[in-house]
Amino acid sequence: MSKTTAAAEQELACHTISVLVDNEAGVLARVIGLFSGRGYNIESLTVAEVNTQEHLSRITLVTRGTPMVIEQIKAQLGRLVPVHKVSDLTVEGPHVSRELALIKVSGAGEKRVESLRIADIFRARVVDSTNSSFVFEIVGKTEKINAFIALMEPLGLADVARTGVAAIARGCDPL
Amino acid sequence: MGTPALLPSGTTPTGIVQGRSTPRAPPALFEQVKAMVDQEKSGAEIILKALADQGVDVLFGYPGGSVLPLYDEIFKQNHIRHILVRHEQGAVHAAEGYARSTGKVGVVLVTSGPGATNAVTGLTDAMMDSIPVVCFTGQVPTHLIGNDAFQEADTTGITRQCTKHNYLVKKSEDLARVIHEAFQVASTGRPGPVVVDLPKDILLRPAPYVPPTRVRHKSYRPQIKGDIKAIEEAVDLIAHAKRPIFYCGGGVINSGPQACQLLTQFTRLTGYPLTLTLMGLGAFPASDPQFLGMLGMHGTYEANLAMHNCDVMVAVGARFDDRVTGRLDAFSPGATKIQIDIDPSSVNKNVPVDLPIIGDVGHVLEDMIKVWKARQCRPDQAALADWWKRIEEWRARDCLHYEMSDTVIKPQYAIQRLYELTREREPLITTEVGQHQMWAAQFFKFEKPNQWMTSGGLGTMGYGLPASIGVQVAHPGSLVVDISGEASFMMNLQELATAVQYRLPIKVFILNNHYMGMVRQWQELLHGGRYSESYSEALPDIVKLAEAFGATGLRVEKPAELDDTIRQMMAIDGPVLVDVRVDPSENCFPMIPSGAPHYQMLLGPADKESQPISKEGAILV
Ligand SMILES: Cc1cc2nc3c(=O)[nH]c(=O)nc-3n(C[C@H](O)[C@H](O)[C@H](O)COP(=O)(O)OP(=O)(O)OC[C@H]3O[C@@H](n4cnc5c(N)ncnc54)[C@H](O)[C@@H]3O)c2cc1C
Ligand SMILES: Cc1ncc(C[n+]2csc(CCOP(=O)(O)OP(=O)(O)O)c2C)c(N)n1
Ligand SMILES: [Mg+2]
Repeated sequence: MSKTTAAAEQELACHTISVLVDNEAGVLARVIGLFSGRGYNIESLTVAEVNTQEHLSRITLVTRGTPMVIEQIKAQLGRLVPVHKVSDLTVEGPHVSRELALIKVSGAGEKRVESLRIADIFRARVVDSTNSSFVFEIVGKTEKINAFIALMEPLGLADVARTGVAAIARGCDPL
Repeated sequence: MGTPALLPSGTTPTGIVQGRSTPRAPPALFEQVKAMVDQEKSGAEIILKALADQGVDVLFGYPGGSVLPLYDEIFKQNHIRHILVRHEQGAVHAAEGYARSTGKVGVVLVTSGPGATNAVTGLTDAMMDSIPVVCFTGQVPTHLIGNDAFQEADTTGITRQCTKHNYLVKKSEDLARVIHEAFQVASTGRPGPVVVDLPKDILLRPAPYVPPTRVRHKSYRPQIKGDIKAIEEAVDLIAHAKRPIFYCGGGVINSGPQACQLLTQFTRLTGYPLTLTLMGLGAFPASDPQFLGMLGMHGTYEANLAMHNCDVMVAVGARFDDRVTGRLDAFSPGATKIQIDIDPSSVNKNVPVDLPIIGDVGHVLEDMIKVWKARQCRPDQAALADWWKRIEEWRARDCLHYEMSDTVIKPQYAIQRLYELTREREPLITTEVGQHQMWAAQFFKFEKPNQWMTSGGLGTMGYGLPASIGVQVAHPGSLVVDISGEASFMMNLQELATAVQYRLPIKVFILNNHYMGMVRQWQELLHGGRYSESYSEALPDIVKLAEAFGATGLRVEKPAELDDTIRQMMAIDGPVLVDVRVDPSENCFPMIPSGAPHYQMLLGPADKESQPISKEGAILV
């Protein structure tokens, strides 16, 4: 029998996709245009050159969709001419993913002390401070950063800057 | 590597040959090095050289300030022909017609700003229908880019989503490589349009040349051969099918005449029925009894019911378009689906597929036939006989039947007569978009590929006339007919001047029903017969119009005079417009109303009241 009906009813899931591309003008616009043009969502996207000799950049993106949509996203990415490789870290085995955030908290007194205490638990570092504020630097999985931000909310959360997710497969093989 | 190999191996950037004991380089190498050293050639000259090396013999274009250096080079040579169109959209459609009828890349040259934006519809059309086109666009000089300079447009930005790929050449040393890459990308894998944006200073500055053989793309590698395991599995499924069908499309034509041959061979080996999409017409001979006609919204009853009831479906270069599938959740529910396609994104897009085979149709079919023969596969003849019996019952409904008339020309009859009277000359047919396009698809029979050029994916009115110009340029001795509607004809009629200028004897066969007939049909079925803005008011006199352009105009109003008019049209050695006055109220059947499943077809006028279109269906297009 066909798998026709079963697939259509499958559920939404988050996938971390790593795309190796030529670092040339317009390549990021192609990727972003693909997502907006076809109505896919991007939860996070990071990009930087990772091989200066061959001018390759790695784009790490986190997206959500049904299995059929995720397959479509990967196929559409693979179709872009400057794309060398598309890897779905979520299905290809264990991987490490990290995000860095800078979080400004302003306040005084007990709240200020409390924010420091929590930062310590989360292994966030203070990278700037005034009499009435801190800037914390925190590195970790998206969920950890979300949790930290939630805890800072009542303590005078003023500003957040996040890098988005960078991810890589575990083990010795390159992607 | 970051920069392409611009120099022959063994030479340094200064052109000095290294590592050789003999003092004199061999002549071939010497010539190459010399060419590198005297870099006197301008970018414009390099472009023409690259085009010549790519085998380009014709450009469709329109000049303007930013491309004047290129036009100057065109003036100085005579191996590449330039066809001056009258609107840049026409240039791209002409290139599409040229490409689809020859299998070669169609080449376009337009100026910056408005020239480039006018080309966008054509590019999108080529993108949707997988037509190989390389379009050169002029651009303001590099130092003015981004300054809102005169006739500046962000061409690469605007065309990013409607091209397979695009380039902005910012460095002279990239120019030759980019052109060769553009041709490779446009013509291989799933074909499509590629834009090369050329700042004016790049055209004027000296540039080095690299021949095509020295260019290898860094990342672009379409998959050609299919996975043999998957092919074996597919052959197994195909051989054991009880109610099989081949559903084949434009990808077979893209793959080439050889692939069409293989498809025919494999289909005859199996004895299975086959249906074609609008884009696939000609990939399999229409006269073959195994052919069920076109499928889909305006396809035949037998093709659609066979698709709905099959147990194994083999999609070959067809992309499960919504015109074909109808309501998705009711599409061929019991079938195991095999799909051969070169583009992984065509698989599992609309319809989940059980067994995808990524690769070129021709290569995959070749392997399939080998496996089939090696295994001495023999289909279940009893089951197949049953299946054909059911198909013949559906066929007996004669779904393309229409009521003849002695007083008014029925559009279907006009196409049938056109077909009968021209078939000996193996005409090349282009169409516009609308009812006439569907009647052409239903009533014109194509035995070979590359004879049918139509705008399927984008459905661009105004495609057919310029496309016929491109076709006629490529096939000067052939009969080329644009089957047109009066409204579509008005969209690019300026190209008649192009046909007259180059003495291209195209025939524009206009089924004039005084309506945007396809729109009127939907308004009749979906909007209570309120014909909002779909009447072709203030039409010009088509005969006089033809004369004003220096072409010939004919008009026919009576069925009895139709044959003579068609013969007259064919006898005239020059462009002809034929104003065929047809029944204005005729609708195109069969029709699967949007949002309906395949088994709910409207077969004729009598069906339309009995099966009102659902609210959900009315939302769809
Ligand atoms: C008014 C109107 C009505 C229409 N009604 C119908 C209708 O009733 N029936 C119908 O069929 N269409 C109809 N169409 C056309 C429809 O919109 C689509 O354009 C058409 O169905 C697509 O055809 P296709 O599936 O063959 O794909 P194409 O658009 O031709 O795509 C080709 C496919 O083959 C693949 N391919 C390309 N090259 C190769 C290769 N070398 N090897 C392997 N694969 C390759 C591509 O990746 C792609 O998936 C209509 C259009 C209009 C404007
Ligand atoms: C550029 C463009 N604009 C609008 C449409 C929508 N459209 C599809 S068919 C059609 C009517 C075509 O009329 P005509 O050329 O007379 O053909 P007929 O249907 O009457 O045979 C229209 C307006 C289109 N396909 N293309
Ligand atoms: Mg009309």
